[in-house]
Amino acid sequence: MSPEPIDVETVRKDFPLLARTVHDRPIVYLDSAATSLTPHSVIAATERYYETTHANVHRGVYATAEEATRLYEGARTKVGRFIGAPHPGREIVFTKNTTESLNLLAHSWGRTNLGPGDVVVLTEMEHHANIVPWLMLAEERQIELRYLPVDGAGRLDLSDLDRMVDGAALVSVSAMSNVLGTINPLTTIAEAAHRAGALVIADGAQSVPHLQVDVAALGIDFLAFSAHKMLGPTGIGVLWGRAELLEEMPPFLGGGGMILDVRTDRYLAAEPPQRFEAGTPPIAEAVGLSAAVDYLSAVGMDRVRAHEIELTRYAFDALQARLGSRCKVFGPPGGEDRGGVLSLAVGEIHAHDLAQVLDQFGVCVRPGHHCAKPLMRKLGVAATARASFALYNDSSDVDVLIEGLLEAGRLFG
Amino acid sequence: MPDLEELYREIILDHYRSPRNRGELESPPAHRVEGFNPLCGDEVVVTMVVEGDALSDIKIGGTGCSISQSSASLMSAAVKGRPLSEVRHLIATFKGMMSIHESALGDGDGDGASAPRANGLSPGPETVSGEPEPIDPAELGELAALQGVVKFPVRIKCATLSWNALAKGLGELEASAG
Repeated sequence: MSPEPIDVETVRKDFPLLARTVHDRPIVYLDSAATSLTPHSVIAATERYYETTHANVHRGVYATAEEATRLYEGARTKVGRFIGAPHPGREIVFTKNTTESLNLLAHSWGRTNLGPGDVVVLTEMEHHANIVPWLMLAEERQIELRYLPVDGAGRLDLSDLDRMVDGAALVSVSAMSNVLGTINPLTTIAEAAHRAGALVIADGAQSVPHLQVDVAALGIDFLAFSAHKMLGPTGIGVLWGRAELLEEMPPFLGGGGMILDVRTDRYLAAEPPQRFEAGTPPIAEAVGLSAAVDYLSAVGMDRVRAHEIELTRYAFDALQARLGSRCKVFGPPGGEDRGGVLSLAVGEIHAHDLAQVLDQFGVCVRPGHHCAKPLMRKLGVAATARASFALYNDSSDVDVLIEGLLEAGRLFG
Repeated sequence: MPDLEELYREIILDHYRSPRNRGELESPPAHRVEGFNPLCGDEVVVTMVVEGDALSDIKIGGTGCSISQSSASLMSAAVKGRPLSEVRHLIATFKGMMSIHESALGDGDGDGASAPRANGLSPGPETVSGEPEPIDPAELGELAALQGVVKFPVRIKCATLSWNALAKGLGELEASAG
């Protein structure tokens, strides 16, 4: 049974930025894969924290310090439950963003467990955040990187999966592509990786904000994601890791908050997650993230997902009807195995020119390589114009997008 | 859409659709320089031959948007066969035009609506600071068509991509000769 549809008109009232105009036109925000808009409740929670509670965490014994600590740790628990973490209090590490979460893993787990000749398996559709940390480790440790290929439809080609993961120590894959929208079969990949004795990292930057993620059901070992793509504030990201794995990992950054004891010649690291949270953490941002999780939970991730599937289908149909073969959308066709991320090309028009024309219509899309240059080379394009959806978008946004694309076609045709 | 028409003037679209001096000269003997715009992934390859005191030949390769491609094409037409001193002067003049900001924007067109977008404009690394070149539209010829780009700050890097590559190449040639 399909969930009750989202009332987009009501949802839109919760996002103050949608009230503004751009070039005297209502803003049409189609760049949520880059960063999502922020609802009133998140802004209000952050403001309320600064106005009534602000204090450093895990230090003071005065009332506001205890309240701040309770809010911060409460956010940890809430975020953990949101992704089905078995032990939220021990398994959720707050970082700066997805990129830092992945770098933490490369530095801490990677440097401890990987040496010359060890194999890390990535995919051809990874964001630079899940390539460069491993390339850096490869330079330092002479590890071998293998890439699961992307097929013509923009899906992973897993026909050779068992051979690709054979002998690997780690498999690190995007849960959902930020260019193609492809939702990857994490469970299948995790099962093959575990059979081969490898651990599995999922880059959840695009999946956690848009579909129900349950780390236990997926059978993965680590998950990285960012608050600012899931209606939360910038400056805070999340690393989830299985407790027994985090416990075996050495610290990433050193400083206050991550130690049990320090002497002039040695230190004793704290238990996870504090071990990985050196210095004053993003407290207000954690409070904001907590409010963002509340917002998404109140709407329901099943409804968010259903809404975005329907909107993506509408976009595919409308693009086909209005632009026909002049418009190409990279990645799988609208359906259950893709999210609301549409990388577009219109004829030979460069993505920058498309985005420039769209801007005049108030339409915000992202032109460029989307921090996935290996994938762009594979697709044979330098850049695409990417439109991406969230729960506050509806078919009228798609209609304005198409109006702009048609104008670009006229101008450059 | 008056803003768009100002950006995408007919000369620009013409050079975009029919780029001049397109391709790559054999290197060596030609000198080859690559330019990248990491923001959008645009790449330009400028190959050039200097004979005596003149830029005797130039070709433009690579891929990019209408602004970067037309700017490269216009540049190649403007500098090919010209004495190096004139080429250098033209580079400085063109980059000077690209670094015009707030004060010059909105002049003449009386378009108040475009003013707010100029206010947040930072000159960026392309600015030739300290030595403003007086800009003579007659000297720039067709290149003056690119003047509309300065109203679109993020596109300035597109317009200057090939010019920076040319300047780099001339600098390298000068260094190796000296």
